[in-house]
Amino acid sequence: MSELPLKDPAPADDAAEAEPRPGRIRKPIGWSMIVIAVLVAVSAALVYRRDGIDGVLEILTHDLALFGGILPRVLAGCLLGAFIAEILPHEKVSRSLGPKSGLKGLLIGTAFGAILPGGPFTAYPVASALLTVGADFGATIAMVVSWTLIGYGRAVAWELPIMGTDFTLWRIVISLPLPVLAGALGRFVYVRMYSRIAP
Amino acid sequence: MSAAIIDIILWGSVAALAVIAWQRGRLVLTTSVREGTMDFINIVPRIALGVIGSGYIAAVIPAEIITGWLGPNSGWLGVLTAVIAGAATPGGPVVGFSIGAVALKAGGGAPQIIAYVVAWALFAFQRLLLWEIPFMPARFVWFRAAVSLPFPFLAAAIAMAIGRP
Repeated sequence: MSELPLKDPAPADDAAEAEPRPGRIRKPIGWSMIVIAVLVAVSAALVYRRDGIDGVLEILTHDLALFGGILPRVLAGCLLGAFIAEILPHEKVSRSLGPKSGLKGLLIGTAFGAILPGGPFTAYPVASALLTVGADFGATIAMVVSWTLIGYGRAVAWELPIMGTDFTLWRIVISLPLPVLAGALGRFVYVRMYSRIAP
Repeated sequence: MSAAIIDIILWGSVAALAVIAWQRGRLVLTTSVREGTMDFINIVPRIALGVIGSGYIAAVIPAEIITGWLGPNSGWLGVLTAVIAGAATPGGPVVGFSIGAVALKAGGGAPQIIAYVVAWALFAFQRLLLWEIPFMPARFVWFRAAVSLPFPFLAAAIAMAIGRP
């Protein structure tokens, strides 16, 4: 109880401005990666048992091609995140997206997620950058949820052609309030979970 | 086609931010580029594992199983099944939406399919593991997924309340 992980990006009042950017998290291997590796290995073994080496190779070549196609976009996303972290003034971000930003902060996060271009390769690096420059969990949750539910990128590229216009529009209208609600819930829970660490 | 548009918007945004950074001074520009490149180098191995491995995960969870779960179920039990199916759906947007479309054609209820699509968008386990974890602090990812849990149900409730247009 006394030594909970203290690396949280939570509000450091206004002293945060003085210290240098705390660098992004760069742990090459965490337990999550180990879980993924095990999951992939087990799945690959199952495919091998079912389809033999041909099945394994077929998926491998397909995914390698996909990987090659995604790489430049991942680079673009990382650059985007780095520019945002470098350009945006930290105290301004923590004022408009920080823990005390209220409903307005959630709305800004939602709007930002909705207009953000690109796919997961942009959204997640940018979200991560926002966390490092002073946005709180609530606003960042609003941004990620907004990107995933009402962002135009995925809707235009995939949902419209596959699910049809009616369904897509209907679903987006229903989803409109969700990012703000998710952000508010996130903030509510976060404050109660970590209030003892950052009084 | 749409991929080209996405690339143009994406790199256009990068270029615009690069210009802003450059106006702030060369140091800001070079620091950002170096930071971004370092992030990229650090993330590539994780993305590699995810993207190259995801085909195997998708191959062992056939789409039929998930469509079966969605079924022409109705009511809240159907919504619950849809949420679980959404979380369990492997693969990219094509898989998720195709399953939704199949279920829609097969007579699945609209609120259930809304719940499925929203759950899939919010916390498909494969995307959490393969995309979010590599880029973001794991603590944030799990927290966000947990906080998102009620929302597919809420979406289904709204869908039931307002009905289809």
